[in-house]
Amino acid sequence: MDFIIPLLILAIPLGMFLLLGLAGMKMSHKLAGVLGTLGMGTVLVLSYFTAFTYFFSGNPEFISEAGVRLQSVIFNQEWLAFTPNLVISLGFLLDPISAMMLIVIPTISFMVHLYSLGYMHGEKGFQRYYAFLSLFSFSMLGLVVATNIFQMYIFWELVGASSYLLIGFFYTLPSAVSASKKAFIVTRFADLGFLIGILILSYYTQTFDFITLTSDPGAAFASTAGATFMGGSVLTWAMVLIFTGGMGKSAMMPLHIWLPDAMEGPTPVSALIHAATMVVAGVYLVARMFPVYLAVPFSLDFVLVVGAITALYAAIVACTQIDIKRVLAFSTISQIAFMMVSLGAARPEFHECLGYMASMFHLFTHAMFKALLFLGAGALIHAVHSNNYTQMGGLHKYMPITNITFLIGCLAIAGIPPFAGFWSKDEILVAVYSYSTFWGVWMTLVAGLTAFYMFRVYFLVFWWNEPEYHHRPHDSEWTMSVPLIILACVSVVAGLIPFGKFVTWQGHEYIIHMNWVVAGISIVVAVIGIIIAGVLYLRENDRPKCMADSCRWLWTAAHHRFYWDEIYLFITHKIIFNGICRPIAWFDRRIIDGTMDGFAIVTNKASYAIRNLQSGRVQNYVLVYLIGALLLAVITAWCLA
Amino acid sequence: MFSNILIYFVVIPLLMLGGLALCRNIKQIRAVAVAGSLALLALSVYLLVDYLGLRAAGATEPMLYTDSWSWFPTLGINLAVGVDGISIAMLILSAVILLTGSFASWKINPCPKDFFLWLVLLSTGVFGFFISIDLFTMFMFYEVALIPMYLLIGVWGSGNKNYSAMKLTLMLMGGSAFLMLGLIGIYYQGGHTWNLLQIAQSNSIAPDWQRFLFPMTFVGFGVLGAMFPFHTWSPDGHASAPTAVSMLHAGVLMKLGGYGCFRVAIYTMPQAAEELSWIFLILTGISVVYGAFSACVQTDLKYINAYSSVSHCGLVLFAILMLNTTAMTGAIMQMLSHGLMTALFFALIGFIYGRTHTRDITKMGGLMQIMPYLSVCYVIAGMASLGLPGLSGFVAEMTIFVGSFEHADTFHRFFTILACCSIVITAVYILRVVGKLLFGPVQDDHHRSLTDAEWWERTSTITLIVCVAAIGCFPNFFESLIRYTFSPEIFAVIGMN
Repeated sequence: MDFIIPLLILAIPLGMFLLLGLAGMKMSHKLAGVLGTLGMGTVLVLSYFTAFTYFFSGNPEFISEAGVRLQSVIFNQEWLAFTPNLVISLGFLLDPISAMMLIVIPTISFMVHLYSLGYMHGEKGFQRYYAFLSLFSFSMLGLVVATNIFQMYIFWELVGASSYLLIGFFYTLPSAVSASKKAFIVTRFADLGFLIGILILSYYTQTFDFITLTSDPGAAFASTAGATFMGGSVLTWAMVLIFTGGMGKSAMMPLHIWLPDAMEGPTPVSALIHAATMVVAGVYLVARMFPVYLAVPFSLDFVLVVGAITALYAAIVACTQIDIKRVLAFSTISQIAFMMVSLGAARPEFHECLGYMASMFHLFTHAMFKALLFLGAGALIHAVHSNNYTQMGGLHKYMPITNITFLIGCLAIAGIPPFAGFWSKDEILVAVYSYSTFWGVWMTLVAGLTAFYMFRVYFLVFWWNEPEYHHRPHDSEWTMSVPLIILACVSVVAGLIPFGKFVTWQGHEYIIHMNWVVAGISIVVAVIGIIIAGVLYLRENDRPKCMADSCRWLWTAAHHRFYWDEIYLFITHKIIFNGICRPIAWFDRRIIDGTMDGFAIVTNKASYAIRNLQSGRVQNYVLVYLIGALLLAVITAWCLA
Repeated sequence: MFSNILIYFVVIPLLMLGGLALCRNIKQIRAVAVAGSLALLALSVYLLVDYLGLRAAGATEPMLYTDSWSWFPTLGINLAVGVDGISIAMLILSAVILLTGSFASWKINPCPKDFFLWLVLLSTGVFGFFISIDLFTMFMFYEVALIPMYLLIGVWGSGNKNYSAMKLTLMLMGGSAFLMLGLIGIYYQGGHTWNLLQIAQSNSIAPDWQRFLFPMTFVGFGVLGAMFPFHTWSPDGHASAPTAVSMLHAGVLMKLGGYGCFRVAIYTMPQAAEELSWIFLILTGISVVYGAFSACVQTDLKYINAYSSVSHCGLVLFAILMLNTTAMTGAIMQMLSHGLMTALFFALIGFIYGRTHTRDITKMGGLMQIMPYLSVCYVIAGMASLGLPGLSGFVAEMTIFVGSFEHADTFHRFFTILACCSIVITAVYILRVVGKLLFGPVQDDHHRSLTDAEWWERTSTITLIVCVAAIGCFPNFFESLIRYTFSPEIFAVIGMN
């Protein structure tokens, strides 16, 4: 494949960022918005073209004669050579998962660009907003097409920075500023692990290149045999540390605390970055390095356990939040954890790594329906000017489009056939059950909770009881409704895509057989969840309050997200800030600098003390002379005697 | 003598001094300062192009444009010059910072003429230092660069300026005393020559002497490189210094320390460097995290950046001590990167201070609404400092980390990972400042009437930002420029790769 189009996919958003960033202030809002949206539209067309070429052209570059999809490097430009072996290149790697992401990212990004024309209308800094969106799209696209792990790290940092800028978009609000700071620092901390993991891995394998690393992990790690570090093999350390980076970006426990706060950003940003694309980077990273993870079973188990705990935790917390964006944030955490669990449960002996395919499938469908839900939430917030569901209710009368699309999103995430989420979640459950029944049951429970908390929100917002609205809420203008409708349509049909044909481990075609037992269980559980939600929240009543009162401590703890933020605040403020930084600063000023000043003071004092020796009075000199002479005489006499 | 291009790096500043002495008004002073620094910049860029041409044509000597003129034959002192890729990088850095510093002191008060005279004298020392390969003249230029600092801070400074000026000068002079001892020792033990290349190539200093002289020289230069525990002049000195002096001092003078450690201490005494590197690795490793942690609680903008400089310059020395090509390349990159971005920081702090008359971050806030241009520049500088890819900090730090990781023993691993931790702490203090200073609501209503940057401030910051981005976007050019100059024959002595 020619390199022009892939290059343009990256160059257009970057150019748009520079254009809008440098010249944006001279443009009108409308021009900047339209330019940004058109740029993203072009990228959308080009990346669809690229992805379709990859999947359907049958080009021997992309698919072998045996029907195995290949990894193909379109271009790879050396960027920085550390040593002859360790070279960072900037390149474009096409393989099933990157081609899939080339569909997901531009689609959501374009929808968000379009939606923001209406949502952000009249906001101060509108041009800046579009510049940052372009920067983010550039970084995210660069991340998924990375040919080597260091390129991924570079773009990994760049998405982090654009996320920082977008969360803090309303920079005059202190809450937005601290949320953006928190997001950056928490993910930075995770990236430290990622970086050290990369350093370990590259030291032993002497390569950053994904294809070399993943095509034959055994050979790559021949040199690591026997190398241990703090009781574990270096390879285990490397893979777990690299996964730490993924935990940070994908908001896995215990590094999840930044994501709920990140909802301070504009809602379309939450849809793009904190639901559909950036937060799945961790999943993408594990999938990208999957053959290496397979070589270290412990690290995959680690992924599975972290994912499973996070999934349950986030689902419980989501049931008690009152801010609809926070509910969606926790639901995102929980759904990403589903993908992680699925990857962790994937083994070649179980349906040829079904978990790998299921995870990617869920990533795809989740991006669609979660973006839909967030954009829907944005429309609600736009209509009632609050994030809080207590100020919403009965909105089905006023906002029919939002109502229907949001309902589709909820059905999709709850896993009701034939909506998209059902198919992908079902595959995940099959994969997990085949690996371990315990985790299978665990994840089924989480799936039930998912249905419950999503319909809790749905009923509370669109039914329940109607509060007094200052102005009559209504559906949004077309720029906002069109993306909702498109995404809703996609959420209905995306599950019917024969995903096994496109994205599988090792590129073989995999024919999905429905496991009707698992599917049946998951449908029943989901329906139960919806029914409970309906009983509790469809009409105004005091059952929810009674329930909350009956186990008040659990409700309070969950409402406070099990106090993770407080724990972090304690560690960062009390221990690191007051316990390390302040003492060090004190030590520096008092002890180190005090010593230096001490030298000066001692010198000074000593000079004062002996300055009388040079008094200028002849009598003194004579006196001293005489005393000296006498002393000398005495000593000489003594010595002679 | 004047057929050698390098000598003009000293001649032009001297001509500038003459020109400044003749100036009658501020306009002429500005014209001389800007024209002179532009000439220096042009000269250094020309030198770079010519140097690359010579290398491409197959010149393999460790240093090019070498020349030597006898100065004081009895003691064997020559004015010997010569450059390699590293010196050229440093020359360009110095020229850029002198230029931007001149723009930043556009409205210096009082006595602009005297200010620029001392500033240019200081740069004469800096340029002379980077082109010298004779240890004695190198030391002389080093002192020429240090002394004007006393007056520049003492006269044009702010705050507790007398104390700071005295402290800075005395501490650096203390370092010089060590250095002088070290250099004289090298002269006598290295075969009665001051010529750096000859000493390095003959490698004739006995190991016992090396063990004694290496710490002398390393500490001597290390004081200027803000090595723990000899860094305390830096916060006070920077806090009191006027803008352009902070820029030159943090941007270029602190690089003299790192450059000297590498060029003198390690070049001439590689065996001792390898043997004793662990002591200094501990000290510099501490510098890196210690500076970063200290920066987290400061409230004065200049103190924050001074401590951040301790951390970043600590990383330079840390990488030099790793004694391998990759880490050392990273060290030089870090010098360039830190020089540019810290100059940018100090310029911006100076501009902000010039408007708000306070540097206390608790008394400012929401500047983004008032002076968007300066605030955006500050965010960019912050992003460069915390290592955002595409700006210079990232490539330098990554090269250092990858290079440091080539040592597989636990000691080096531990300190490398410790140094890596600084990327998180850096993010903490940078974002803390950005959050408090630029974002949030406007803290002080008097600030609302302040104006954004003037054209000369814009010129200064844009030049620096372009340089920072250039290194960050095209690192391979700079890396190969630097890497080529690690002459294998010198490293072969101690089996370095």
